[in-house]
Amino acid sequence: MNRLEILRFALRGLLANKMRSALTTLGILIGVAAVILLVAVGEGSSQSIQKNIQRLGANTLTISPSFTGGGGGRGGPAGGGQNTGPRTQARQLTLADAEALADKAAAPSVASVSPVVTAGSATATYEAASHGIGQLVGTYPSYFEAMNRQVARGTYFFNDDVLAARKVMVLGTTVAEELFGDLDPVGRQVSVSGVPFTVVGVLKESGSTGMQDADDVALAPLPAVQQSLTGFGSLGSIVVRATGASATATAQAEVTAILNQRHGVTGTAAADYRILNQATLQETVSAATGTFTVLLGAVAAISLLVGGIGITNIMLVTVTERTREIGIRKAIGAPRGAILGQFLMEATLLSLVGGLSGVLVAFAGTRFTIAGIEPVLVPSSVVLALGVSVGIGLFFGSYPANRAAKLRPIQALRHE
Amino acid sequence: MSAPVLRVRELVKEYGEGDARVRALRGVDLDVDQGDYVAVMGASGSGKSTLMNILGCLDVPTSGSYQIDGADVGLLDEHQLALLRNRRVGFVFQSFNLIPRMSALANVELPLVYGGVGQAERRSRALAALEQVGLSDRLHHEPNQLSGGQQQRVAVARALVTAPALLLADEPTGNLDTASTRDVLDILDRLSAAGRTIVVITHEDDVAAHAKRVIRLVDGAIVEDRRQAPVDGPPPRLAEAAR
Repeated sequence: MNRLEILRFALRGLLANKMRSALTTLGILIGVAAVILLVAVGEGSSQSIQKNIQRLGANTLTISPSFTGGGGGRGGPAGGGQNTGPRTQARQLTLADAEALADKAAAPSVASVSPVVTAGSATATYEAASHGIGQLVGTYPSYFEAMNRQVARGTYFFNDDVLAARKVMVLGTTVAEELFGDLDPVGRQVSVSGVPFTVVGVLKESGSTGMQDADDVALAPLPAVQQSLTGFGSLGSIVVRATGASATATAQAEVTAILNQRHGVTGTAAADYRILNQATLQETVSAATGTFTVLLGAVAAISLLVGGIGITNIMLVTVTERTREIGIRKAIGAPRGAILGQFLMEATLLSLVGGLSGVLVAFAGTRFTIAGIEPVLVPSSVVLALGVSVGIGLFFGSYPANRAAKLRPIQALRHE
Repeated sequence: MSAPVLRVRELVKEYGEGDARVRALRGVDLDVDQGDYVAVMGASGSGKSTLMNILGCLDVPTSGSYQIDGADVGLLDEHQLALLRNRRVGFVFQSFNLIPRMSALANVELPLVYGGVGQAERRSRALAALEQVGLSDRLHHEPNQLSGGQQQRVAVARALVTAPALLLADEPTGNLDTASTRDVLDILDRLSAAGRTIVVITHEDDVAAHAKRVIRLVDGAIVEDRRQAPVDGPPPRLAEAAR
């Protein structure tokens, strides 16, 4: 009695009841396909979120003022002073802070520092067209690299432009389209709240990052924006780029040390600034999406379990139905192992065929975009789902198979 | 004289518990020699089917010993019992008990599959067994395409194919018409003449007339043991025909 014979008996047993076998297989198919597909959807959404975060610029720290602990509000007295001492009120971020951060000796992990001011609702006009720019940013050229923004047409602005406070501007694609339509904006003049700026470049499209349109921006040299729009007050934020991905943590520590000293934050006092670390943000988000994926996988795993119970059910019915046949086989000398093998093989075949076709369905399914997400196949989920489905076949099939094998021949033969 | 193929001592079989206890066999002693053709007769309820099931190792006795070919069945474990059923005993049932949706050939091959016989030898032995029962032209028919007599002949072929020491038949003609009954009994006669040891259970005198020895059971005990022909001679009907 070899394995091939057992396989032949099992196949014959399954084919005798094609409809039943097909439906049982379908249960496992759906379970396996659901596990693989849902995990792929979870992975796809997590990857797309990660990509969006990465697009905001890797290795960067964004420092913004925080007023929870102090008496000053936005627009309150700008703390330009350098004096240290007991902190009485929150200080704004200043250009001097930014310059201090750029000190290579105190902050060796910092590659570049870009002070940023943002003018809120600035309206740009060109001839008859006008557009409320979502974010008008005054900054240094290093901002482009730190935020991972590239110019598609024209040029960036340079340090010279900053020193001379030239009124030049790089537009995001949304702004460029709204104002110029099909025209090439480079070299033309737009007027922002009545101040003329010359367009020198247009940014590459970066797509929406969820809440806001990342292309609805305009970038100009810091002093030019301060001069004409925001005034020479405090900075909106400071963007610091670390020397490498691994250096962001040390960079953050250096920045914290410098700012604490400059702002007189000591001991347990709450800092009057906040540092947003892209790396930690990324970790937080991937942890969240990881949970999401696990949740999806768990729901799918339940359907796989239900499919497994379907196998048990069918095998129990099969064993009951074929009790007499089992009796005959035992009467002519079938050893217990052969009966056990045959029914186990039937259960395993059901789950294996169901599992494999489930994998095929999942492979086909991941080629489509599901709910706006491009699924990403996770190889380990395929292996796991297939392994679990075969395991389920063996596990859930073993009970009915054992029952069949244990029957005394005369009991089985008398069964009607 | 060699050791008996069957040796049964003090065989008791009880069913049920307490007041509902039924003693189907009350201490049966029986020896069947090599080449004998025994008919076990009795009314229904006399315990003859119970005896047959125990002889075929399908059921276990409550007490008593039972040896086939010198092997004590009571001492065998399950795997050895399966081997015994496969190699030493051929069983023919009243209701044929062929496996549905399997061809006659596949049904006959089945015991050889469980016995671990290779495919080519299996095929030739199954063909020979079917030839012996005159069904060479029905090899690929499934049981539901065969008449009762043909099904029973397939069952006889299946019982014979392993060349067992003992052929047990439980009312083999109970479900058959007279023509088919004659066919099956002829086959058993020929097998007996060829030296096969046969035990048949029946309640028909016509069937018992074919046997060399008739045993009558009443209420689970042997009440008559009559020899109709010598063990080493041909069965009585064939002997008559030869005369």
